[in-house]
Amino acid sequence: MSMSRKAALAGVYEHPLRWAPHKTQYQIMAESARGALEDAGLNIKDVNGLCTSGVGGMGIIALAEHLNLNPDFLDSNSIGGSSFVSHTAHAAAAIAAGYCDVALILYGSKWSSDRFAIGTGGGGSGDPPEQFEGCYGPTTVGDYALTAQRHMHEFGTTSEQLAEIAVTTRKHASLNPNAKFRDLITVDDVLASREVSSPLHLLDCCMISDGGGALVVTSAERARDLKKKPVYIMSAAEACSHTSAGMRDLTDAAAKQSGPKAMERAGVSHADFDMAMIYDSFTITVCVTLESLGFCEKGEGGSFVQNGRIGLGGELPINTDGGGLSSNHPGMRGIFLVIEAVKQLRGECGERQVKDCQLALCHGTGGTLGLRHSGASLVLGM
Amino acid sequence: MADEKKKSKRPVPRMDEESKPFWEACARHELYVQKCRTCNTVFYYPRAFCPEDLSKDFDWLKCSGKGMVYTFTITRQNQSSGFRNKVPYVMAYVELEEGVRMLTNIVDCDPETVTIGMPVEVTFDDMAPEISVPLFKPAA
Repeated sequence: MSMSRKAALAGVYEHPLRWAPHKTQYQIMAESARGALEDAGLNIKDVNGLCTSGVGGMGIIALAEHLNLNPDFLDSNSIGGSSFVSHTAHAAAAIAAGYCDVALILYGSKWSSDRFAIGTGGGGSGDPPEQFEGCYGPTTVGDYALTAQRHMHEFGTTSEQLAEIAVTTRKHASLNPNAKFRDLITVDDVLASREVSSPLHLLDCCMISDGGGALVVTSAERARDLKKKPVYIMSAAEACSHTSAGMRDLTDAAAKQSGPKAMERAGVSHADFDMAMIYDSFTITVCVTLESLGFCEKGEGGSFVQNGRIGLGGELPINTDGGGLSSNHPGMRGIFLVIEAVKQLRGECGERQVKDCQLALCHGTGGTLGLRHSGASLVLGM
Repeated sequence: MADEKKKSKRPVPRMDEESKPFWEACARHELYVQKCRTCNTVFYYPRAFCPEDLSKDFDWLKCSGKGMVYTFTITRQNQSSGFRNKVPYVMAYVELEEGVRMLTNIVDCDPETVTIGMPVEVTFDDMAPEISVPLFKPAA
């Protein structure tokens, strides 16, 4: 069953705060819900589907309770930062199947004010592979660094090329009033920032912020009668990648499996995209994801990101909001990929607007490239 | 002081029913991977079945203990208690002569001298009565 254009994003909201010690996580979600429903011209009582992640095993029920909702469709699929991209796809499928009419996708987190050391802390999952990993001191940064080092070795990718991604993303952030870091940086600034885990420098890494956001998904038919221009969900695909029993090629991402499927399902190809939102936990994540999605050949990600190609006005502008590297990254960022793509497609991005934006790709990566991760690709169009 | 020393230890791996033979061999300072008798796939990490065909018919294959660095990172920041005082340390994937890649640490050398392709050999950290963790050092 194709879900193409059966459902649409009718409302979005990005919580403006990056530091919210005075609020609760669920309050951030409720405020985001209010914002996205207002954006759509809908009421909380219209909602009968609920999706979230980052709330603990059965937290979605408590979230429904907090909002006094009794949804017909619940999804708290937790596959890391990409979760919310997958929720959007699941909500579209649920709507196409008649399981619900209006789905609300929520995220809220206080990982910055709670001082959660997500990038350089330890902590094991208790899953089977953990006993063969935790004793070696993996960190989120370190796990991605393993991929970066191998990529440099195999393909000659340089720290300067990776830095280009951080520099371009910061330029975009400078045009986003809500972005946390807005001062322009240079390649030299990135290289001069301290090395956290070789070969990744501090400015190769996303920040940890507080924040949250919300998405409202409904049927295409209903969306056409609402406040804003509908942004259609054209297609989606998911994948995961892991150590493959000891045989994994570390320079491939799950995007290699999900990206081509999503594009084929939507009947579009690389040249058709006006912009892309590529999960940027680290600069290397962007490099490897662009290759795995097929925007360039494997190994050519380093040169692809140079010469303005991924900047506003370039061939494929990415992360126009400033990404996790410069705008916000409250632990998981998938929801912001969808929010920014929707705003671009509606033409609401002001100074950072991509001209004539008609088709956008969102790709979320959750987990780590070096150990195991999920990928979720989503094609959105007008 | 004794408590402080204990705290700075790497986390002790939690052995389970599937991994017991592997960790028992490590305690004897022997490294094993598995090979499926049905499809001949060599696999790591250890489990109670072949991840290629789910066969429970496999052999434990004693490794030469030799391999080379497939990739690595010099970790300079880790806030967790077992590693806070160990930075900088090298986390790496080592490709064993038997063909599989395993996550490990490269020890007994200056972290700055580690390179991809560097030949290494196994060594063990006896960290608990029944647990010795396989690490790698530059090959003699």
